[in-house]
Amino acid sequence: MLPFILKRLGLALLVAFTVSFISFSLLFLSGDPASALAGETASGEDVEAIRVLYGFDRPMLVQYGEWLFQAVQGNFGESYYFKLPVSTLIADRLTVTMTLGLCGITFALLTAVPLGVAAAVRPNSIVDRVALFISVAGQAMPSFWFALILIVVFAIQLGWLPPSGASTWRHFVMPTIVLGYYAMPAIMRLTRAGMLEVLNSDYIRTARAKGAGEGRVMFKHALRNAIIPVVSLAAVQMGFMLGGSIVVESVFALHGAGYLAWESIARNDLPTVQALILIFSMFYIIFTFLADVLNAWLDPRMRSS
Amino acid sequence: MAMQKNLDPLLEEISGPTPAQVLRKRVVGHKGLIFGLFIVFLLVLVAIFAPLLAPHSPYEQSLGNRMVEPVFMGGTWEHPLGTDHLGRDYLSRLIYGARVSLLIGLVAALISGTIGTAMGVAAGYFGGKVDAVVTFLINVRLAMPVVLVALAVVAILGGSLQVVIGVLGLLLWDRFAVVMRASTLQVRRREYVAAAQAIGASTSRVVLSEIMPNIVNNLIVIVTLEMAHAILLEATLSFLGLGVQPPTPSWGLMVSEGKNMMLFEPWLVLIPGVVLFVLVLAINLMGDGLRDVTAPDSRS
Repeated sequence: MLPFILKRLGLALLVAFTVSFISFSLLFLSGDPASALAGETASGEDVEAIRVLYGFDRPMLVQYGEWLFQAVQGNFGESYYFKLPVSTLIADRLTVTMTLGLCGITFALLTAVPLGVAAAVRPNSIVDRVALFISVAGQAMPSFWFALILIVVFAIQLGWLPPSGASTWRHFVMPTIVLGYYAMPAIMRLTRAGMLEVLNSDYIRTARAKGAGEGRVMFKHALRNAIIPVVSLAAVQMGFMLGGSIVVESVFALHGAGYLAWESIARNDLPTVQALILIFSMFYIIFTFLADVLNAWLDPRMRSS
Repeated sequence: MAMQKNLDPLLEEISGPTPAQVLRKRVVGHKGLIFGLFIVFLLVLVAIFAPLLAPHSPYEQSLGNRMVEPVFMGGTWEHPLGTDHLGRDYLSRLIYGARVSLLIGLVAALISGTIGTAMGVAAGYFGGKVDAVVTFLINVRLAMPVVLVALAVVAILGGSLQVVIGVLGLLLWDRFAVVMRASTLQVRRREYVAAAQAIGASTSRVVLSEIMPNIVNNLIVIVTLEMAHAILLEATLSFLGLGVQPPTPSWGLMVSEGKNMMLFEPWLVLIPGVVLFVLVLAINLMGDGLRDVTAPDSRS
C-alpha cells in the first residue's frame, strides 16, 4: 500500500508542478501583459512604467520561479483590481464555493445512487427508463439555461426561493440542484452498470441460495461492491464541479471563487486569475489522489497498476 | 455465373445475414439513433440552407419593432418567433445560430480528435515511455478547469469564431486520448497485427491499415460526443460574454441577451435554450446509438 501511495503522490506533485507552469504562462499568451493591463489608450511610457512596476521586464522563467516560490507559501501577489492580497480575497470566496460543491455532490449522490440501484434491479422497467431519460437529459442540458429556467419557475413565478445571493441556505437550493444535476448522469450510469454486473455474479446467487433476504442481498452484498468505483467517480466529479461552479455562481450571483474568477477575467486581473486556475487544478489533483488511494484501500487489485 | 446464382440462397442459409444487413437491421431498430440522426440531419440542412430559410436578415435591427411576441403568444407570422431587444427577427437569428454551433462543434471536435487520436494511438501502440508521457499529459489536461482556462484564453486573445474553435480544439482532446489508447491496447495484441509486423510492414502501415480500421468505430463515437461537448461549451462561453461576440447569432449569446428581459419575456431565454438542448441531446443520442450498434459484443 505505501509504495502505491508514494508513487501516486509523486505523480500528483509532478502534475501539480506542470499545471502551475501552464496556468502561469497562459496569461503571457497575449505576448505583452503590460500593454494588456495598461489598456489600448495608454501611452508608451505608461506601458513601460507598468512593465517595470509589475516586473514584466524580467525573463518569464524568472517571474515564474518567483511566483511559484511565493505561491507555495500561500502568497499569490496582490490583485490589480481590489488592491488586496489575492490569498485573502480567495479565502473568503472559497468557503462559498466549497459549500456549494459539497451540497452539489451530496445532492448528486443522494439522487443518482438510489436511482441507479432501482434501475439495475429491474432493467428495462419504467424506473429504468425514467432514470435513463433523466441522465440523457442531464448530459444535454446547458447548465446556465437550466439555472435560468429554475429562476423563472421557482423564484419569479412561484416565489419560493430567492433568485440570487448567498446569505441563507435557501440561496443555495437552486445552485445545488443545477450543479448536482451536472454530476448526476455519470454517477447514475456507473451505479447502474456496477449493480447490474454484481447482481449477475456468483456470490449473489450463493447469498440468495443461502436464503438471505432480498434487502440484505441488495445492500450488504451487492451495493457494497458496486459502490467502490462510484466513490472515486464522485471525488473526480467534485473536482470537475468546483471548476464548473463558475457558470452556476455567475448565474445566481453567488459570490464564490467561481464568480470571482469570472469577474477577474473580465477585469484583466492576472494574479487573481492565475491563482484561481492553480487552486481549482489543485482541488482536482487532491480529489483524484484521494480517490485513487481510497480505491486501492478498498480494492487491493488496484494497487498493482 | 449461373452456378453462383444457384449457390446464393444456399450460402445465405448457411452464413446468415451479411454484416451490412445486420448493421442495417440494428440501426433501424435503434430508436435513439434514428431520432438523433434525424434531428442532426435536419439541423445540418437548416444550417446549410440558412439564407434560403431565414425570413429576415439575422443582423437587421428595427428599433420600432422590439420584442415582438412569437406567433403562439399572440404575435404575427411576420416574425414567427418574435423579435429580440434590438428588433432582430428571432427565427432568423436562431437559424443562423445553427451554423455557429455546428461549425464550432465539428471543427473543434476534428482538431481535438486529431490531437487526441495521435496521442492515444502512439501511447497504446508503443507503450513504455511514450505511454507514460501521454498518460501524464492526460492527467495534466484533466486537472485544468476547462471553462476557466477557456474563458481566460478567450479574454486574452479576444472573442472570435476562430479563437473559440481553436481554444476548444486544444482543450477537448482528453477523452479521445483515453479511449484511443485503450482501444489500441486491445487491438495491438491481435494476431493480424503480429502477422503484419512479422511480414515486415512499417510502423505507419501497421498503424494505418491494421490498427486504425479496427478502432475507427470508437473514434466516430467520441467525435460525436465531443462535438456535443464543444457545442455546449461554446454556448457557455458566449453566455458568459467571453465566447463568440455580438452581433454574431450564437444560441448561448441569445440566452444571455434575453436574460435581462427574462422577467417579462421568458420566451427570449426559453427558445434558444430549447434548440440548444435538442441539438446536444440529438448528437448525444446519435453517439450512444452508434456505440450500441457497432459494439462487437452485441452483434450476435
